[in-house]
Amino acid sequence: MAVVWGILAQILHLALILAAAPALTGVVRWLKARMMGRQGPHPLQPLRDLVKLLRKRPVLAENASAVSRAAPYVAVGAAVAAAALVPSFARGMAFAPLADLILVAGLLALGRVAMALAGMDVGTPFGGLGAAREMSFAALAEPALVVAALTLAILAASTNLDAIAGAVRDGGLGLRVSLGLALVALLAVAVAENARIPVDNPATHLELTMVHEAMILEASGRHLALWDYAAMLRLTLWLALLAAVFLPLGLAPPGAAPHHWILGLLAWGVKMAGLALALAAFESAIAKMRVFRVPEFLGAALLLGLLGAIFLFVSTGLT
Amino acid sequence: MSFGQLPYDVAHLLGGGVLLFSFVLLYQRRIGAVINAFATQGTLLAIAAAWQGYVQGAPGLYVTAVLALAAKGVLIPLALHAIVRRLDLHRTVETALGIGPSLVAGVGLVGLAILVVLPATEGARALAREDLALALSVVLLGMLMMITRRNAISQVIGLLSLENGLILAAIGVAGMPLVVELSTAALVLMVAVVAGVFAFQIRERFDTLDTGSLEEHRGERR
Repeated sequence: MAVVWGILAQILHLALILAAAPALTGVVRWLKARMMGRQGPHPLQPLRDLVKLLRKRPVLAENASAVSRAAPYVAVGAAVAAAALVPSFARGMAFAPLADLILVAGLLALGRVAMALAGMDVGTPFGGLGAAREMSFAALAEPALVVAALTLAILAASTNLDAIAGAVRDGGLGLRVSLGLALVALLAVAVAENARIPVDNPATHLELTMVHEAMILEASGRHLALWDYAAMLRLTLWLALLAAVFLPLGLAPPGAAPHHWILGLLAWGVKMAGLALALAAFESAIAKMRVFRVPEFLGAALLLGLLGAIFLFVSTGLT
Repeated sequence: MSFGQLPYDVAHLLGGGVLLFSFVLLYQRRIGAVINAFATQGTLLAIAAAWQGYVQGAPGLYVTAVLALAAKGVLIPLALHAIVRRLDLHRTVETALGIGPSLVAGVGLVGLAILVVLPATEGARALAREDLALALSVVLLGMLMMITRRNAISQVIGLLSLENGLILAAIGVAGMPLVVELSTAALVLMVAVVAGVFAFQIRERFDTLDTGSLEEHRGERR
């Protein structure tokens, strides 16, 4: 029976994530608008935009190669694959043995490479500029993610997300400085990966500062919808990842029957709403930093992750 | 005591928080943000002291906590903000070493502190050993801040955060007499007063708070 429940949970999880992604983005935008005293668009507006864009034909530049055509599909595919692996409401989903944190990092990197290639393909200066910036940030963000994964792996004796969530949930780890430092490092990486405010502004086309928008400036129609959807999935995935690793309360145990899922679903909804509120408040309170300071910011995240790993070595040596 | 037990976990977390704010002090560029980070560090230190007082059953540590909160969390930061306003300082921190290299040096110093403390304290309780490693890291980071900043106010904050590390070490050791802590606290207040006067004097003489201009008068730069 456990196998059937696992497959059912996986299908439900995937459907939930795919549906939640536009809604979550819409909720964050709406909350930000309300905090700034504006009326704000309806939370389902991103979904409507996606539907409208999907009906439109993409317009490609004359010298666009196959890369421009394929890249949006690669990016969405990588994002969907990664989102399928991060546990949301239940552990022990059918893909749980594959849900390795390093694999998730690799899938995110694949999506980023596809975006950078699409940015450079047509040869416009903005695309190249955005790709260059994105890659230079990634050079620091990815090691930080891997170091944080290393810290979690030492604590849980596995890089598997399902196992990490289980280990944190059982409380055997206690409150640890290393966990806190890994959390800070992961938050900084999440902000950079999702092009949120201190690193990049998701709501502007100001040419001097944009990173993410610069790469997809050429995209239109269906391709633009796919890029946007990949970005929404990435945001959902990161929030779900943070919730699963650091707030695994209410996660249904592996192999549990569907009535355990209700609590898990409720807890997941509350956690995601809380994280969306925190993100909106953070973005409203803080100013975007200069592009040249971003490597410093991510470097600090990397160093904090490293510090967490150092402390872990010390404390595992003591007990 | 080991992990999974609440007293140990919370003490560890608070000590780690103090250390984290030492890094925030190194990372911040604006003088106001540096002062605020210092105030937060002092408050965390006060909570850590109160928690140790509760765990060890030592009421003397509550006095330390109140003193740390009043002096480090409120009074000294307010005074520093007042000085910054009065002197109308440049609001950015001038660094002798860039932010990135100083953070790298900071992580190196933490590694050094751990390497020094662990072999030297073999046989002691795990809690005391970790606390000592954290405290020595905070002390070293305070020194690093004094070295890498050119502005007198930042150097004073480096000195005070160094002293936070000393208090963190003192509260981790059971049976530290209150007299020692009181005298340290008094010392720090004196240091703060002297440093304030010092800052005004430098400002009056050289029209800047950059301690680099003192070098000429020591005959180091001709």
